[in-house]
Amino acid sequence: MADSAIISVRNVSKVYSGATTPAVDDVSLDIMAGEFFVLLGPSGCGKTTLLRMIAGFELPSAGQILIDGKDMAGVPPNKRPVNMVFQSYAVFPHMSVAKNVGYGLRITGVPAADIAARVEEALALVKLDGLAARMPDQLSGGQRQRVALARSLVMRPKVLLLDEPLSALDAKLRAAMQFELAALQEKVGITFVTVTHDQDEALSMACRVAVMERGNVAQLAAPSDLYEFPANRFVADFVGSVNIFEGRLTLDEPDRAEVECPGLGKVWLNHGVTGAHGSQVWVALRPEKIYLHVPGEGRAAKAAAEDAPAGCNTARGVIKGMSYLGDITLYDIHLESGARLRVSRPNLSRHAQQAFTWEDKVSLHWRADSPVVLLS
Amino acid sequence: MARPLAGQTGVTGAIAPLEYTRRAWLRLWVGLVLAFLYAPILTLVAFSFNDSKRNIVWRGFTLKYYGQALHDEGLMQALGNSLTIAALATVFSLILGALSALALWRFRFPGKALAEGTMSLPIVVPEICMGVAMLSFFAAVGWPTDLPWPLSLSAIVIAHITFCFPFVTMVVRARLASFNREQEEAAKDLGASEWRALVDVIIPHMRPGLVAGALLAFTLSLDDFIITFFTAGPNTNTFPVKIYSMVRFSVTPEVNAISALVILLTICLTAVAMKVQGEAALSAAH
Repeated sequence: MADSAIISVRNVSKVYSGATTPAVDDVSLDIMAGEFFVLLGPSGCGKTTLLRMIAGFELPSAGQILIDGKDMAGVPPNKRPVNMVFQSYAVFPHMSVAKNVGYGLRITGVPAADIAARVEEALALVKLDGLAARMPDQLSGGQRQRVALARSLVMRPKVLLLDEPLSALDAKLRAAMQFELAALQEKVGITFVTVTHDQDEALSMACRVAVMERGNVAQLAAPSDLYEFPANRFVADFVGSVNIFEGRLTLDEPDRAEVECPGLGKVWLNHGVTGAHGSQVWVALRPEKIYLHVPGEGRAAKAAAEDAPAGCNTARGVIKGMSYLGDITLYDIHLESGARLRVSRPNLSRHAQQAFTWEDKVSLHWRADSPVVLLS
Repeated sequence: MARPLAGQTGVTGAIAPLEYTRRAWLRLWVGLVLAFLYAPILTLVAFSFNDSKRNIVWRGFTLKYYGQALHDEGLMQALGNSLTIAALATVFSLILGALSALALWRFRFPGKALAEGTMSLPIVVPEICMGVAMLSFFAAVGWPTDLPWPLSLSAIVIAHITFCFPFVTMVVRARLASFNREQEEAAKDLGASEWRALVDVIIPHMRPGLVAGALLAFTLSLDDFIITFFTAGPNTNTFPVKIYSMVRFSVTPEVNAISALVILLTICLTAVAMKVQGEAALSAAH
């Protein structure tokens, strides 16, 4: 599989002069040709630094970066087979749209007739045809982003790097552009590497996501794996919302396990825990995986006992907060143990949100395959 | 004219912004300020047509002093010298100032604060000190005083460049501060070398600053009296110095005439510069 890696980052570190901690700390990863790869993480985690090192704007303090098998040490950004779309789009304000898009072609000496044809092709690809003569100050933010995209795509790079491409757009446009970018990537077929702090963006667009924290890669996986099988507490908490409880692993068999959490009670799992050394673990439970019901309701109480021994995978509490979000309702539950739990419940009927209100006593349960045991 | 609406004044009695220009007392005030600024200049221009040698009382309309001024060899030569010096000083100040601004904006180096400080000295130091310093310097170095024209102006040009370029640096630096560095990186990412990125992206952004800086340098140079007075050799005359010597004898309308012509020249130059800057500033709004 390493042969089809278009970008190979090998033990790359970056320490800025005067800094005590590295911005990027011994990171190694491979990006496959043709995939939509996302670097996700909070501000200051090193994702943009890593992207800029791939582009050539920063020099690694240690390690190697290979693009298409060639070591990029000493290769300046204007000679690398990658192109970048910047966060501010960086559209040249004194040139028209057509001149902006054709800039790279003019620099590299492509004949004038070819330039015109390729510029037209690129503008059609990003749906900006007809705006070739406009000046950037006559365009909206979204249009300027498309100009930046066209300007990079017209160069036919092996890899397109995007630095927080959707952060400056409003919510609706952002949602639309997420689909468009993914569709564009599939159409053009080149590798996209995107940096973002928005996990919705990452999950919706990516083939694979590398979650970064303080210069390290916390987990590299497909979006569904990140969400349902997080490798550690950081990833579990960063991607989506989650309830995390500390606990003691009391039973660990190949096909079942039990964790005792002071805050949550007994948690029963229908699979074993791999790699547990000590008995201190954490249990992560996603809000949508928890069932909420009025205490004592017959059918629900029976369901609770289905896949776990009595007394496991249940809890009782009081609703202290509610957020109605239209498609779901979020509940902030204070458990009898004193811990807090966040539950999300889809509004399956038009009166669903009226089922519960503040100060209601509720019973909760979850299935045995819902909790995730985290070792770090 | 429409009557102001009742709601034109705010709850507190304050006047709405656009309402100000409709108040008579404000117009009067603006008129007085403009008169204060331009009355001397208008008087100068008006009296250039005065048919009187002493030029104190108006006697009649004539254009002959314009003719006299344009045929006065000494005066024309002085004006020629001033314009040449201004042109040369502007060009070199622009280059030097723009390069300094670029260096200060882009790089961090040991002694940067010192460099910045010394570069702003010519702005701060009184002109008379600069003039005397220049005189002493050229005398100490033994600067030749019998060079052919235009090299005879070299001492003056050097002195002018010295006090003009810090202003250009200041103006261009202010303009560079608003530059989005990602544009430079984008140019490089698309294949431009350092030089091409500078020419294609940074210099177009600097243009309004360069135009403003050039205008400033030209004005400062053309206008300068004190430093030029000290550095001009025995055979060289510049316009302000020549006017000074003429005025010591008598203020004939000839002086007014040539001054009016210089004012006209300055107005035309400013109009051109503003037109050039206006377009660039608009397109470089982002």
